[in-house]
Amino acid sequence: MAAEVKAQASSSSGQRSFTEVLRTVFGPVGQLILFIVGSALALSLVVVLLALLQIGARPDILTRALTILPQVIIDGLVRGFLFASIALGYTMVYGVLEFINFAHGEIFMVGGVVGAAVSLFLASSGLLAGMPGLLFVILVIAVGMVVSGALAVTVERVAYRPLRGAPRLVPLISAIGVSLVLQDLMRLMMTNTPLGFNARFNTPDFGPPIRLFEMNLGARPVPVILPPKALIFIVASVLMLIALNYLVNATRLGKAIRATAQDMPTASLMGINVNQIVALTFLIGGALGGAAGALFGLNVGTVNPYMGFIPGLKAFTAAVLGGIGNITGAMVGGVVLGFLEAFVASYLSLFTNGAFSGAAYADIAAFSILILILIFRPSGLLGEATTQKV
Amino acid sequence: MKRSLSILALVSLLAMLLAACGGGTAAQPTAAPPEPTAAPPTEAPTAAPTAAATEAPTAAPTAAPTAAPEAASGTIVDYVGEAAAGLSGEIGTIKIASQSPLSGGQAALGTGIRNGAELGIEQANALLKDAGIQFELAPFDDQAKPEVGSANAKNIASDTDILCVVGHLNSGVALASLPDYKNASLPMMSPANTNPNITEGGYDVAFRVVGRDDVQGTVGEAFAREELGVKSVYIIHDTTSYGQGVAEFFRQAAEANGLEVLGFEGTEEKSDFSAILTPILAANPDLIYFGGIYDQAGPLFRQARDRGITAQFLGPDGLDSPDLVKLAGDAVEGMHYTSVAAPVSQFPNAAQFATDYKAAYNGDAPPFSAQAYDASHLCVAAIVKAAADAGGVPTRAQVLEAMKGLPALTGITGTYKFNDKGDPELATYFVLKVNVADWNANELVTRLEIAPPE
Repeated sequence: MAAEVKAQASSSSGQRSFTEVLRTVFGPVGQLILFIVGSALALSLVVVLLALLQIGARPDILTRALTILPQVIIDGLVRGFLFASIALGYTMVYGVLEFINFAHGEIFMVGGVVGAAVSLFLASSGLLAGMPGLLFVILVIAVGMVVSGALAVTVERVAYRPLRGAPRLVPLISAIGVSLVLQDLMRLMMTNTPLGFNARFNTPDFGPPIRLFEMNLGARPVPVILPPKALIFIVASVLMLIALNYLVNATRLGKAIRATAQDMPTASLMGINVNQIVALTFLIGGALGGAAGALFGLNVGTVNPYMGFIPGLKAFTAAVLGGIGNITGAMVGGVVLGFLEAFVASYLSLFTNGAFSGAAYADIAAFSILILILIFRPSGLLGEATTQKV
Repeated sequence: MKRSLSILALVSLLAMLLAACGGGTAAQPTAAPPEPTAAPPTEAPTAAPTAAATEAPTAAPTAAPTAAPEAASGTIVDYVGEAAAGLSGEIGTIKIASQSPLSGGQAALGTGIRNGAELGIEQANALLKDAGIQFELAPFDDQAKPEVGSANAKNIASDTDILCVVGHLNSGVALASLPDYKNASLPMMSPANTNPNITEGGYDVAFRVVGRDDVQGTVGEAFAREELGVKSVYIIHDTTSYGQGVAEFFRQAAEANGLEVLGFEGTEEKSDFSAILTPILAANPDLIYFGGIYDQAGPLFRQARDRGITAQFLGPDGLDSPDLVKLAGDAVEGMHYTSVAAPVSQFPNAAQFATDYKAAYNGDAPPFSAQAYDASHLCVAAIVKAAADAGGVPTRAQVLEAMKGLPALTGITGTYKFNDKGDPELATYFVLKVNVADWNANELVTRLEIAPPE
């Protein structure tokens, strides 16, 4: 019955032309590319300026800063896409339910652990070595997506749906509880299986790092390297983002999701099965998180049950930075945060002449900049100023 | 009004940032490790490593025999037997606690410590079965977290049956727990803690059967410079008391001896090290020194190789676990590490222990388990001696006195006689070369016996 009504609702709006679909799908991607290029350029400019300021005292500083610049941008991109793909889950759930799913970092972690389990199984059965790299990547992503998506839906059904009418703090507490339960449940499972607490993520040999070009500024040429695994990460995340945009902006299902996000009671009156749409949102968010987890594990090579917490927190920050509830915003926020972190971590030590360890203080610096951005744009980079619904 | 408020907020934020910067530069990079107990580089030990740097690597091997405790020292087991003869009446069961991480990323080593102590106590019980005294292990899981160790220490202190502690694995955790042990006059015999502040911190209850990081850092630096022939090093640490401490000592030695330090970075990151590795790729050091534990070192080393960094790797005893190979794979083949413990196979007297351990726990004895075995025996020795002297169940203070008064005793990992601070008068330092196929087959490169710095 509901489906019938839905079909009618969509047919009345008419079919959209192919170019329109292209625009809605690739428009956000264009915006994303704009922000990637923009923040990379802006941060590079800051680096050059800082280097020029100190060039009197330390003549080699500009050379040293420029030699690692391309590598820092690549690192920032990888980190940014990681945050972006987790942030999508936060922002979609927030968009629909106005609720922050703090267990999403653990959904990400489960994706990584499941990927490691698949890789361990393949390695112990001897299939891994001869496996084509692409097939392996698709397999771990698919398994990670299925398990994490199913887990996210289960969590929603068990821990969130019964609380939907409750005051807003209640599901939040429930989410924090789920997060802790999942962490320690995974710890229990991992330490009692061959995986172990620190599980190795075995991969087939993807070959040596790709040497893009060599920077020849100093006495010694410094290679700019793109590890194949990082390339896989970037390509896969971009594909996922495009697919998500298509789903949300160009399909009937996406329209139902957007309608539910806009006004749940009215959407329900229009014949949309709201519960189904909420579950679907969790499924999509969870699957994206699981894929990100599997890709992250593949990229860094080790997973543990607590690895989701910090990236989850940062992805949430990215979602807020981009404008929570806004899908393109989540991607943009993730990429900006990733760039900020990579730049600070790589350059802080250089510009303070070793007084500050970049990796140790990256979070302080990155988050201070973030606070500044939010002071001047409280609704996030792409968020629209909305009146508080109270 | 609203605008002026936000400007005020901005200004105060900037002021705070500036204040933070100012404080940081004044105290140099190590001023802000997260743990309150961590201040290794600023305190007493600053003088120590320089002294050690000049004499330890070169003078130590020759100095060792002269400074050795009298060669014909008895074993711990003999001493326990003699002391037990002086026992009168039925004393009953006395508890010895162990504290080590039994869960989490460092459980491989922590469980070995618990098992080693358990085995030691079981065998001591067999020896003492007719003497009217028995021992029981009370194992605690400190999760490698200072706050958990400290909470456990309060529980241990409140259990009056516990007269001695075997622990910890992590210096930062031990330093957080020691104030509670001190208040309770409860002796702690550490099988693994190497931070100088354990015995230099004035706790009076801390003893250890292993060496110290001020010496270990120096030994590592001398090895890197003289044996590996490296000219430049990039130092990374894990920001804990232990990791940052030993990395600081390595750096001080390097700077004193002309080994170029290209970078000194701390990180708590456990999985994605890209932000650290990019500056290293540009700096192109001959050597990467990692001050920390294997669970971080494994991914770090492998990601370094993935990125085409060809520098050699070196690290302290925190890397001494087969799990390093599990995490890093071929990336660590042939790398070197310094250790105060070394795989059990390096101790000829520990062959029986290795067999017993394998039989009891169904796996190879990990590093530090043999040291924990000795530590538990030293606890037993001190308690039995105190019981004999007291003519009944001794107090903790009496056990502490007995511990301080122990003569030079030989265990399965070496001969121990403790100085006033609680350091062994001679500690053994190893340099080992990793064998990826079998951790117990790691090749011993150097073995040094060095006295703790004064």
